[in-house]
Amino acid sequence: MTPLNLTTIDFSWLAILPLIALSVGAIVVMLAGTRVDDEDSAALGFIVLVALLAAFLLTMFELGQNTAAFRGSLAVDDYAVFFEVIIIIATALTVAMSLEYAADAGLAGAEYYALVAFAALGMLLMAAAGDLIIIFLGLETMSIAVYALAGFIRRDAKSNEAAIKYFLLGAFSTGFLLYGIALLYGATGSVRLTAIHASIAARTAVNPLLLLGLGMLLIGFGFKVAAVPFHMWTPDAYEGAPTPITAFMAVAVKLAAFAGFLRIFFTSLDPLATEWSPVLWALAVLSMTAGNVIALVQSNIKRMLAYSAIAHAGYALVGMAAANGREAGGAVLYYLLAYAFTSLGAFGVVVALDRGAESHAQIDDYRGLARDHPGLAAAMAVCLLSLTGVPPLAGFVAKFYVFAAALNAGFTGLVIIAVLNSVVSAYYYVGVIVAMYMREGGVAVESMSRRPGLLISIAVGVAGVIALGIYPQPYMGAAVNAFASALGRPALHAVSMLP
Amino acid sequence: MTPISYFLVLSALLFAIGVLGVLIRRNVIVMLMSIELMLNAVNLAFIALGRQVGSIDGQVIVFFVITVAAAEAAVGLGIVIAVFRNRATVNADELNLLRW
Repeated sequence: MTPLNLTTIDFSWLAILPLIALSVGAIVVMLAGTRVDDEDSAALGFIVLVALLAAFLLTMFELGQNTAAFRGSLAVDDYAVFFEVIIIIATALTVAMSLEYAADAGLAGAEYYALVAFAALGMLLMAAAGDLIIIFLGLETMSIAVYALAGFIRRDAKSNEAAIKYFLLGAFSTGFLLYGIALLYGATGSVRLTAIHASIAARTAVNPLLLLGLGMLLIGFGFKVAAVPFHMWTPDAYEGAPTPITAFMAVAVKLAAFAGFLRIFFTSLDPLATEWSPVLWALAVLSMTAGNVIALVQSNIKRMLAYSAIAHAGYALVGMAAANGREAGGAVLYYLLAYAFTSLGAFGVVVALDRGAESHAQIDDYRGLARDHPGLAAAMAVCLLSLTGVPPLAGFVAKFYVFAAALNAGFTGLVIIAVLNSVVSAYYYVGVIVAMYMREGGVAVESMSRRPGLLISIAVGVAGVIALGIYPQPYMGAAVNAFASALGRPALHAVSMLP
Repeated sequence: MTPISYFLVLSALLFAIGVLGVLIRRNVIVMLMSIELMLNAVNLAFIALGRQVGSIDGQVIVFFVITVAAAEAAVGLGIVIAVFRNRATVNADELNLLRW
């Protein structure tokens, strides 16, 4: 056996300072929580925001470095930075949404903000993971914190139920993921992504251990990104969780899972692409179709957005199944970026109507919203149109890139199914817009001027949706560049995708 | 020396028992135990495979998995207690407020 050599651990402050900033922030929140009354817990939220800002600034130093630290355990590349920046923004907006909501819903307390910060820490680890152990640790740091957050309204039976279902299926899927990691380790002799790639590429015969490991990993990640048929927990967890946490799960958790998923499959398992691409094809078709069809009949908006999130994971999988080139991979990254801002904006409006104790999360509650609150209704309409894929919004550009990439790769049938699904999805997204603008009714919504954190979150989400839709080139360039950096090759065709 | 396949088959069997336990049993605590069984089956596979490929990584991972499993059990039992206080049941079939 090779002895463990501690003198050559290849220490790098650059790689871990953002993580240290976040964990210090979380610990400070927990310590400060013993001195702060629950009514003043918004101050604790600001500590997390400061830690996130520090993590963001420290992450920016990693931009363009494209190296690895800790003997390859952590990647310091543009791919990691791309996901870390989106995750940090999504977490910051979640905290901003929570500042007023937490007090209203009785979620106040240091644990709430500390758990959000620890979850974000796990997500950053997943984005930067260079080996399978780090992916596992990041995933669990994130998941365990989010299990607790989903059940944070302790007296609410729905929140309890969301937490237990999310926990049981999450832990169940972790078992599969871990078994996949074990088999992959046994088949290739390493847990480093680069070493696994080299070992698989050099192999001539197909190893059954390897294929079994691949299948287990697909099941594990299928659960984490909520692809059909591994989606059963999603609607329940999204509906029952506190609404800002639903936004957190739909955006940050999903992006972190995709960050790990894409990294493993494109940097170390890509020699097996002929094996996994058809599986992703099937998962994409099932996720899009089941997600959109079941969303049609939902009456609760959180549940509808949960099925919509499943469908959108399907669209991202379309790009992944087809991604045999780096433009296609870049398109998936751009898709996730657009999805993140759109979902944050939409869930921000859901938080605005949901006042914790008296939950107004039925689609009927949105009737007449445009008359009393034209700003909120307009923000919701923009986000829903973006989710549908209406130009010139972010969702349209993202779908265009993904579908174009899939067509280029020869996946015509898959693209036809995806486009048909987009048409179906228009029905339920537009249904909410019709309710807001053309129906009478409505519930009392507290003035937004008293909720600046929420207002800023919605504004950032909507601004992102419009900016990514009208002027996509720099962001698409960043996405293609990020994907190329994960592959360790320069972006050769970064321009060819741009219209 | 015992061939590696013995360990891998044992690990696969334990894992399968764990999966079946989660799928068949309806008591949330028994489901939690079954998940722990799955994770320990993986630990066995890690140790056996680590021995076979001749690197220490497999044994190091097991420590991480044990730690994570402990944290997961702590959070999971906490959630079970919260559910039991509100609903006075730990039967998965009776937790049906959220559906469709």
